[in-house]
Amino acid sequence: MDSLLAGLWAAIELVVTLDPDLVEITLRSLQVTVTAVVIAAFIGLPLGAWLTLTRFRLRRVTVAVLNALMGLPPVVVGLVLYVLLSRAGPFGVLDLLFTPTAMVIAQIVIVTPIVASLCHQATRELWFLYHDLLISMNTTKWQRIRTLLWDGRRALLTAVLTGFGRAIGEVGAIMIVGGNIDHVTRVLTTAIALEVGKGDFALALGLGLVLIALAVLINLAIHSLSRTEKEGTW
Amino acid sequence: MTKFSAIFAVVISLFLPVVAAADDMRMAVTTSFHNSGLADVLLPEIKKDLGLDVHLLVVGTGQALRLGRAGDVDAILVHSRKAEEEFVEKGFGTHRREIMYNDFVVIGPSADPAGVGGAKSAAAAFQKIAAAKTAFASRGDDSGTHRKERSLWNAAGLDDAGLDTGWYRASGSGMGATLNMASALNAYVFADRASWLNFGNKGELALLFAGDPVLFNQYAYIQVSPTRHPHVKKEQAAKLEEWLAGERAQQLIGGSEIAGETLFTPNAQPR
Amino acid sequence: MVEAEALFPVVLDDVSVYRKQTRVLGPLNIRFEQTGCTVLMGPNGAGKTTFLRLLHGLVRPREGKVVWALPPEQTYARQSFVFQTPIVMRRTVQDNIAYPLIVRGAGKRQGRQQADEWIDRVGLAHVAHKDAGVISGGERQKLALARALITAPDVLFLDEPSTNLDGASTRDIEALIQAVVRDGTRVFLATHDLGQARRLADNILFIHHGAILEHAECDAFFDHPATPEARSFLRGDILL
Repeated sequence: MDSLLAGLWAAIELVVTLDPDLVEITLRSLQVTVTAVVIAAFIGLPLGAWLTLTRFRLRRVTVAVLNALMGLPPVVVGLVLYVLLSRAGPFGVLDLLFTPTAMVIAQIVIVTPIVASLCHQATRELWFLYHDLLISMNTTKWQRIRTLLWDGRRALLTAVLTGFGRAIGEVGAIMIVGGNIDHVTRVLTTAIALEVGKGDFALALGLGLVLIALAVLINLAIHSLSRTEKEGTW
Repeated sequence: MTKFSAIFAVVISLFLPVVAAADDMRMAVTTSFHNSGLADVLLPEIKKDLGLDVHLLVVGTGQALRLGRAGDVDAILVHSRKAEEEFVEKGFGTHRREIMYNDFVVIGPSADPAGVGGAKSAAAAFQKIAAAKTAFASRGDDSGTHRKERSLWNAAGLDDAGLDTGWYRASGSGMGATLNMASALNAYVFADRASWLNFGNKGELALLFAGDPVLFNQYAYIQVSPTRHPHVKKEQAAKLEEWLAGERAQQLIGGSEIAGETLFTPNAQPR
Repeated sequence: MVEAEALFPVVLDDVSVYRKQTRVLGPLNIRFEQTGCTVLMGPNGAGKTTFLRLLHGLVRPREGKVVWALPPEQTYARQSFVFQTPIVMRRTVQDNIAYPLIVRGAGKRQGRQQADEWIDRVGLAHVAHKDAGVISGGERQKLALARALITAPDVLFLDEPSTNLDGASTRDIEALIQAVVRDGTRVFLATHDLGQARRLADNILFIHHGAILEHAECDAFFDHPATPEARSFLRGDILL
């Protein structure tokens, strides 16, 4: 209990004084995760809807793989990306290792399957409902994808926010490919890991509470902006 | 739709490009060096004197060497002499430059059930721990500290790979995590002094044994070879080496303290 | 409706539809011409819905062919289908009705403008900007009809459009159907409401167990049904 209280106190102190380091790593956390989630949504949402609409031989396998990838261990993602982005690796010349871009790539890899899989589930139900109508109207596949994504936007927002939640709290992959460099690639989660390593549990907990508060705030903000919680609205 | 443009604007504003520093380089350092807080003293001075932003990657010695081998960093600052010499011999680094040393210490429960406090040497201390079969937390991560610990078990006439896992626990992680584990188990642990002094979760633990010259822990700076990795920033790395070995840095190193204790002894030789 | 001429006749030549190993429809040999309203009658499960879907291309025959006078890509785009249970999209009533225009490349504004005309015509103005999920069954049916008609289709398929509707709503919908038939739209309508069939049909297609038993002028069918099945159906007896 003592350390929890100390953590709470540390969090309050950090926030009230607008600690410049805290502001910096919080903004970087947001920058990395929001970028990654936006890109993952642009890939994952159409992919999920496409999987709903397309019948091909390996579809079941693809969907199963996608579902399995939702549980992809971040450390493995980080390691594979590290090997690829390392100077000694195939993409070494891009010089992306230990940059925020590398962290964004790692989070895209982690988040895209989540968004795609949840989108697939949501659009599948909707497609069951719309199937006859959209075929009758002679819609193209692209129009069907857009229609499912738009009309399923409420469930899809939840899918994207799930991805956001996973990404903002992720540490394993971005630690490896970002390197946790102060003022360059340090974000909330890697800073927490660092403080735990130093045995400074109060500061770690404080940062953790800031992280949780941030996630809650973002969710509330997006829900209220999109008014999805309003009664009778899809 | 305007709402979405508003959100989009916010998103875009998050992408404000990180202003690229005029001059920067990457250096892999060990956890123990970083935990000492010395980096916080040196980095601003480096910036002031050289106009150089040094980006630190804080990892174990093993990983630091691997980063250097792959050319992912421009220089490394580690403490594992044998591995460093091999690194340079194989052409991954230009040369090895000794900068400073600190020392390793044996930490354990303040009650000291194994009686480590009265040991004559580090090897004897390790023998006592093994004989008492009291809990011992090891890094187990092939870091410089872990390699040192293994050599001490061997010096004590024990096979470090054959130790009874009933009391010998390998955390497989960094110094901080291992100290946390030792604190939770009230176990003995082998650590560098800096990490120990800066550790915030000491619990019942206390420093029990130190001072055997075998525990001295030499840090060396190695530039990653530009022959093997043409992209490394060799001018910056060379400038940093001269600065670290220079008078000002050596003074700063010798003068840094935690809780009134000096951590590092500078010992760079002028070239 | 000038181009509509080209869509007809539609010819079904020995067409059969199967579900698994069971033939649910056919063999059908029939031909439909351009004008009028054909009402499909028959007991539940006779194959009326399948017949409509077959004509519209939603169901593929295993045997035989449904041949419209134009190639499929030109045919189906000029048809609209109102399903038995109206499919309501998760948008406002207005956007539901505008949807087919948007799909055809109309701008959002233009689509909504035209949708508003139809909203007035079918009497949905009071719910135009509500989410379509909250409107009543009758309103859903009107929505589906407006959405089907907004593209000015040459052919309109209606699958029991007034099931579960009250008298007033049924009258509204029938009036609308009569109006579009007058305007030259070819209508195929499935119903087992005898009164509705009599009010709307130019000719009647009587289906039983997946086979066409009668194809006759409306009055002829009701006054002198040719088959015993049709006679007992009209009497209200259960057909087996």
